[in-house]
Amino acid sequence: MSVSTYKIPIGPIHPSLAEPMTFNFEISGERIQSVDLAPGDNHRGIEFMGRNRNVVQIIYLAERICGICSASHPFAFCRAVENAAGIEVPPRAEYIRVIISELERIHSHILWAGIAAEELGFNSVLYLSWKVREEVLDLLEMLTGNRINYGMFMIGGVRRDILAEQVPKIRETLQYYKDAYQTLEDVFLKDPSIALRTKNVGIMTYEDALHLASVGPTARASGVKKDVRQDQPYSAYADMDIKAITPDIYSGEVNGDVYDRIIVRILEVFQSVQIIEYCINNLPEGEILSEPKIVKLLGTLKKAKGEGVGRHEAPRGEVIHYIKLNESENPEVWKARAPTYNNLMSWLPMLQMQEIADIPIVIASIDPCIGCMDRVTLVDPGSNKKQVLTREELVKLSIEKTRRMVR
Amino acid sequence: MSGGSIVMFIFNIFAALIIAILGIIVGLFYKGIDRKLAAMLQSRVGPPIRQPFLDFFKLMIKENIVPENAVPWVFNGAPVLALVSTITILLYIPFGPIPALLGNSGDLILIAYLLAIPAVALVSGGFSSGSTYASIGAQREMVLMMSYELPLVTTIIVLGWRLNLAYPGLKVFSLAALSANPIWGLIGPLGFFGALLLLFTLVIVTPAELSIVPFDIPEAETELAGGVLVEYSGRNLALFELANAVKMIVMGALTIALFFPYNIAHLFSITGFFACIINILFFFFKLFVVIFFEATFIRVALARLKIDQASTAYLIILSAASLMGLLLVAIDYLM
Repeated sequence: MSVSTYKIPIGPIHPSLAEPMTFNFEISGERIQSVDLAPGDNHRGIEFMGRNRNVVQIIYLAERICGICSASHPFAFCRAVENAAGIEVPPRAEYIRVIISELERIHSHILWAGIAAEELGFNSVLYLSWKVREEVLDLLEMLTGNRINYGMFMIGGVRRDILAEQVPKIRETLQYYKDAYQTLEDVFLKDPSIALRTKNVGIMTYEDALHLASVGPTARASGVKKDVRQDQPYSAYADMDIKAITPDIYSGEVNGDVYDRIIVRILEVFQSVQIIEYCINNLPEGEILSEPKIVKLLGTLKKAKGEGVGRHEAPRGEVIHYIKLNESENPEVWKARAPTYNNLMSWLPMLQMQEIADIPIVIASIDPCIGCMDRVTLVDPGSNKKQVLTREELVKLSIEKTRRMVR
Repeated sequence: MSGGSIVMFIFNIFAALIIAILGIIVGLFYKGIDRKLAAMLQSRVGPPIRQPFLDFFKLMIKENIVPENAVPWVFNGAPVLALVSTITILLYIPFGPIPALLGNSGDLILIAYLLAIPAVALVSGGFSSGSTYASIGAQREMVLMMSYELPLVTTIIVLGWRLNLAYPGLKVFSLAALSANPIWGLIGPLGFFGALLLLFTLVIVTPAELSIVPFDIPEAETELAGGVLVEYSGRNLALFELANAVKMIVMGALTIALFFPYNIAHLFSITGFFACIINILFFFFKLFVVIFFEATFIRVALARLKIDQASTAYLIILSAASLMGLLLVAIDYLM
């Protein structure tokens, strides 16, 4: 029997999406038959802008790739440059970097939890979780001067130290989050009406997560024990024994549904609290920058030649920055790969055969960041029409370019 | 027509107008209270209580857009139909000590029908607006309507049936008779639990009638961007908002008339005009409490259900609850 379907577009502007992105759904009754993703509404050409600036100026840009991951992108970028130019980071700076990144993870995960509740029409929980989130934002403001774009990262270290008189306030906030765990668990994991909407919804199997190369909490909720902090420890994470958090730690089973993604994120908030606690207790003494004079640093970087890769476990998954320095003022190549880019295709198995009512929460469940992810938009300047390249066309174009370069 | 009946006719028209205007004002006022209370429960500051009035006036001066592929007469007619039918219900419901204006010519059965009309208006408005989102919303509204009618009607029938057993010969479905003989006085302990179940049914049906969380599935902001109302703007949207505010009063007043029709003036042995004032004030207090539990509290405490979950909840769970109520009341009578 053939199923008669109708199309509904979600996006580019829709109340459940914080950023522009289009989903074209084929729906039969209330069931999703197929979905086609059409990104490309939010490309800002940041990498191109970066190639016209020097490396220190790019930190400013990298921080603004994403409003939420504003510690993760500069972290990965600085690590890429340090990798390319062979710069050593002082231990105290490594610890401060980790503290800021983990504070960011707390704020990002709780923000996500609030948004997820709103997608379910549960506004009380949205307000509750964002109220809980305020504490960490206050702490970040005290430590860095800003609530969102922290401006802490610098090639070879961090720009601001954590002072002894700030430590009690950090401990107080950590205690607040330890106490808040009970509230968050009651509200998200024990509430029947949230369980009703999230259990067995948007399932991604272990195999799918591996095939589609999902990263971060999205992959971990499907049982893939994948975490850069665990697999390739870096920075201060190397001093700690960090284990990837999978939902079976809490519930004893892995379903790969939205509920499991909530579990992973709630547990990660408290993993972050422990990491920060360790960092505060073991904060080494010493410098916070390998080269405090920026002019001198730029001079070194201008002479550097080589490629560097920086990886970091952002709240949404692994973020990779690649940089190629070629003895010039500006880098030759700068490439940022945000976690959402990997997680994009996870939507396809998740949305298959779900109901219309599940769309917002499933889309939100990978914590998408379209601004980070959008790669390129092909626009015909004459007709102002957007264009989509197929795989064959892309291969053809790549071959042509390779031939041009060989010649 | 005799002179007396003409005077009566004119009086009725004026009274109906006053009731309509008062109903709208009180409805918007309670909506403001509802929003303020919900905000306080969510630890927000919330809008001022007069906000629904401001919203209404704002919508009235906004442009009223009719989409190109809409059916204009249905699209524009639906909000008027919704408002008129809701206000009509007000004429049949007693407000505390004040008897219903048309109490003699209509009864509960008529009210049950009239309650369905705003939903039908929403459905036709949604289908006629020519938008996919609105069509999905309209389909959901229909499913929801069919799901909650059975428990609602069961409740009404049981109340009338029990009254008929107690006082045969009375006009049992007239709200005046039901208010004069509240169910609690007619039944024994077993029937008490039955009546509690019926009250529970009515309380749970109300959020769907008012399309608020968890049963705001036809409008579902985050899914359908407003669903049935997605294409409505300006005056038409304002009329739908008014209908919704009035419907809140209707549902509250209906619950009070069926289950809590008590007055307090005689407790203080006050009579005459002051008794009337006190009873009216007490009625508004009851309305406040009922709306708090039927609307504000429920929408703050729950997440939105899916349409199949809501349908199951009404058709199976709530119908079972109301039938159980019927059974208990029946057993109570036979014993």
